[in-house]
Amino acid sequence: MYKLSKVILAVSLSVFSLAALAQPLPGIGRTATPNEIAAWDIDVRGDFKGIPKGAGSVALGNQVWDDKCASCHGTFGESMEVFGPIVGGTTKEDMKTGHVLSMVDGSEPKRSTLMKVNTLSTIWDYINRAMPWNAPKTLTADEVYGVTAYILHMGDILPANFVLSDKNIADVQKTMPNRNGMTRNHGMWEVKGKGDVKNIACMKDCIKKIEITSVLPDYACDAHGNIAEQNRHFGAVRGADTLLACNPDPSVAELNRIYNSPYRATASAPSTIVAITKPASVAPVLVETTGLDMLKQNKCTACHGVSNKIIGPGFKEIAAKYKGDAGAEKRLSAVVKNGGGGVWGGSMPAHGNLKDADIKTMIQWILTSAK
Amino acid sequence: MSNELKKPGRILRAPENFIDASLSQAITKDGLNEERRNFLRKSFVTASAVIAGGAALTQGAMAATFQGDPNILNHTEYDQALGLPVTANPYGVPSKFEVNLVRRESPGLTQVGGASVSFAPLQGLFGIITPSGLHFERHHQGWHDMDPSKHRLMVMGMVKNPKVYTMDDLMRLPSVSRMHFIECGANSATEWGNVAVPTVQYTHGMISCSEFTGVLLSTLLDDCGYDKKNGKFVLAEGADGSGMTRTISMANALDDVMVVYGMNGEMLRPENGYPLRLVVPGVQGVSSVKWLRRIEVGDKPYDTKDEVSHYVDLQPDGQQRQYTSIQEAKSVITSPSGGQVLLGKGFYNITGLAWTGRGKITRVDVSADGGRNWRTARLETPVLSKALTRFNIDWVWDGSPVILQSRAIDDTGYVQPTINQLRGVRGTKSIYHNNAIQSWKIAEFGEVTNVQVK
Repeated sequence: MYKLSKVILAVSLSVFSLAALAQPLPGIGRTATPNEIAAWDIDVRGDFKGIPKGAGSVALGNQVWDDKCASCHGTFGESMEVFGPIVGGTTKEDMKTGHVLSMVDGSEPKRSTLMKVNTLSTIWDYINRAMPWNAPKTLTADEVYGVTAYILHMGDILPANFVLSDKNIADVQKTMPNRNGMTRNHGMWEVKGKGDVKNIACMKDCIKKIEITSVLPDYACDAHGNIAEQNRHFGAVRGADTLLACNPDPSVAELNRIYNSPYRATASAPSTIVAITKPASVAPVLVETTGLDMLKQNKCTACHGVSNKIIGPGFKEIAAKYKGDAGAEKRLSAVVKNGGGGVWGGSMPAHGNLKDADIKTMIQWILTSAK
Repeated sequence: MSNELKKPGRILRAPENFIDASLSQAITKDGLNEERRNFLRKSFVTASAVIAGGAALTQGAMAATFQGDPNILNHTEYDQALGLPVTANPYGVPSKFEVNLVRRESPGLTQVGGASVSFAPLQGLFGIITPSGLHFERHHQGWHDMDPSKHRLMVMGMVKNPKVYTMDDLMRLPSVSRMHFIECGANSATEWGNVAVPTVQYTHGMISCSEFTGVLLSTLLDDCGYDKKNGKFVLAEGADGSGMTRTISMANALDDVMVVYGMNGEMLRPENGYPLRLVVPGVQGVSSVKWLRRIEVGDKPYDTKDEVSHYVDLQPDGQQRQYTSIQEAKSVITSPSGGQVLLGKGFYNITGLAWTGRGKITRVDVSADGGRNWRTARLETPVLSKALTRFNIDWVWDGSPVILQSRAIDDTGYVQPTINQLRGVRGTKSIYHNNAIQSWKIAEFGEVTNVQVK
């Protein structure tokens, strides 16, 4: 009897320890070292908790900006070509009130970073963790202070001779144009919050007159490619053949555009089900080749379109520029490897990680096949 | 029509792509009226002419020559031949005939693919689980295929014992498997001001639903001894170039937030955060940080880029709502939907998806007259908290123009609003959290388009 109750006790103890998961979990994980925490704990909060010591002048920021930022964001931080504008739309009056007036009256068509942000820490933190876009976490703390100062200078918030540092950044925060522009007074932070928009579930005769207020404009008829090729060719419905419906009498040029559209999934797909016979005169040029595949794999196409400029020039534009230039392959290979600039008005970062043979294949494709 | 066929440069759709059912319905039931003829010519191009050859398009001619469907009368390339062996595809892939249902970018929405979004093809998906390869993508600085043996998760900040976990550690811990949707806060953002995109893929395709497997975040917070008194918020951070960061309230973190490695029975796909991501159920997708490498416990929100510069909702008074996290109740009819064409009059199954970040969907109503009258749809099981719910409803189309809508109601009693109700409170510039009722107009000839109604 005594023995039996001991067994019962042991069993119930083991059940208890499983259910309660005594902490910490035995044998799982290990304590982080101070160096490990320092390496990863890079976030800077609105009250500047976490910002490292350092200082950077507007002039230093200007230098870094021109080298590493302007190609995407524009020389004055105003560009909308790649990302949203960083500066613009704020006034001296906004700096006094802490509310950006153009956010209310809609006088700026596109909201800039300086119009939106309330906390300067966010700009510092984001540049530090994620910029430059193609080489994040490569700036020194002083450079991050400098670029932050330069952005504020472009936004007419800091003078040209300003040096931003961990000592004065909290004071600069007090001049941020939209520092009072945030509200947390809404019901969408927590699951138990209350919604702000009310509808009722009416079932019968809910509306007297139904009026269509918006439709897709005609010019956008085929902006999303051929919807027929975005639906099954069997089943309850089909997709509308918008490329042709929107081009009732297509010219050869239009047909070429249609057949080279990125949505012609057949180009790279192992299928012939989108069986459209094409007259030889408008046969598409298949752009899927080893060279282009490599350009995509190596993320060159993040900055270069096949035919158009994105950040750097399009491959087709490069091919046109160097047509008949026997030395182009060698020179361009060197630019890819080591970086360069000036030719197209921006700068190309170095790509030392790429193999020479791969660079050669890609450059040859650009010069001979980019059409 | 035969004249058009001879026109040089005219594109001819090959016979095997021709839509037998729609043509026979068009001819045998409704005749070939001018509108239908015009539509067929425009939308299905010359397919009908290729098959039937212009003058042959009459009931009499069809009846006289019709002996039966050649797909039935003749042997096929499949029934008289040997098929492929097992493991021809060691990791199976969809049929080659499914090539059209893929993730797509919305042209002009973003300038660079590394900071962009691809939309899930909701118009062709069934049930509530999104195939892993079709889960929508949102990357801020491109994606990587990260080596799981080198991946680490650090839990630090206001904890007794800051710890480092390997994948080995995490996969030994008590695991949970739960179905949840992930919806980008900017899903349907293009529609705040007016109709901007043609199909449900682009209006609503930034939502997907998966069965996720992983560890509850609360398990790890307990393991590190988080500060129960002052630890009010958690910062989650990714291991990619963007170092994605988002603040999650401690109440949320302890409730149902998961540190996830599994997705639909396999490991996460690289585009979805392999080998480790956060899943914050019911909350906009940006909080479900991919490639998760750090959790910090703190006493204040972190004011990260995507809490200050983006994912803030501008209101008419110029103030921006910050930390608008919850995805409120929403639904959309996925078929028939924008850009699709009905095959003819008669029976259709209207099908769609409903979801809410506040709990469970309790009801979905469907209107076929632009919101004047409503009928309640069938909800397919399972109906789960913070997961997609599939609804279906029978419908017979009489060939007249209609406007289809769906309206979700959740277990808090909240009713999905109209776009004008949303605009009345929030204006048209808040970008995020557009959960409006979607309207699809069906024209007399069966073409479905995206419209907004009042």
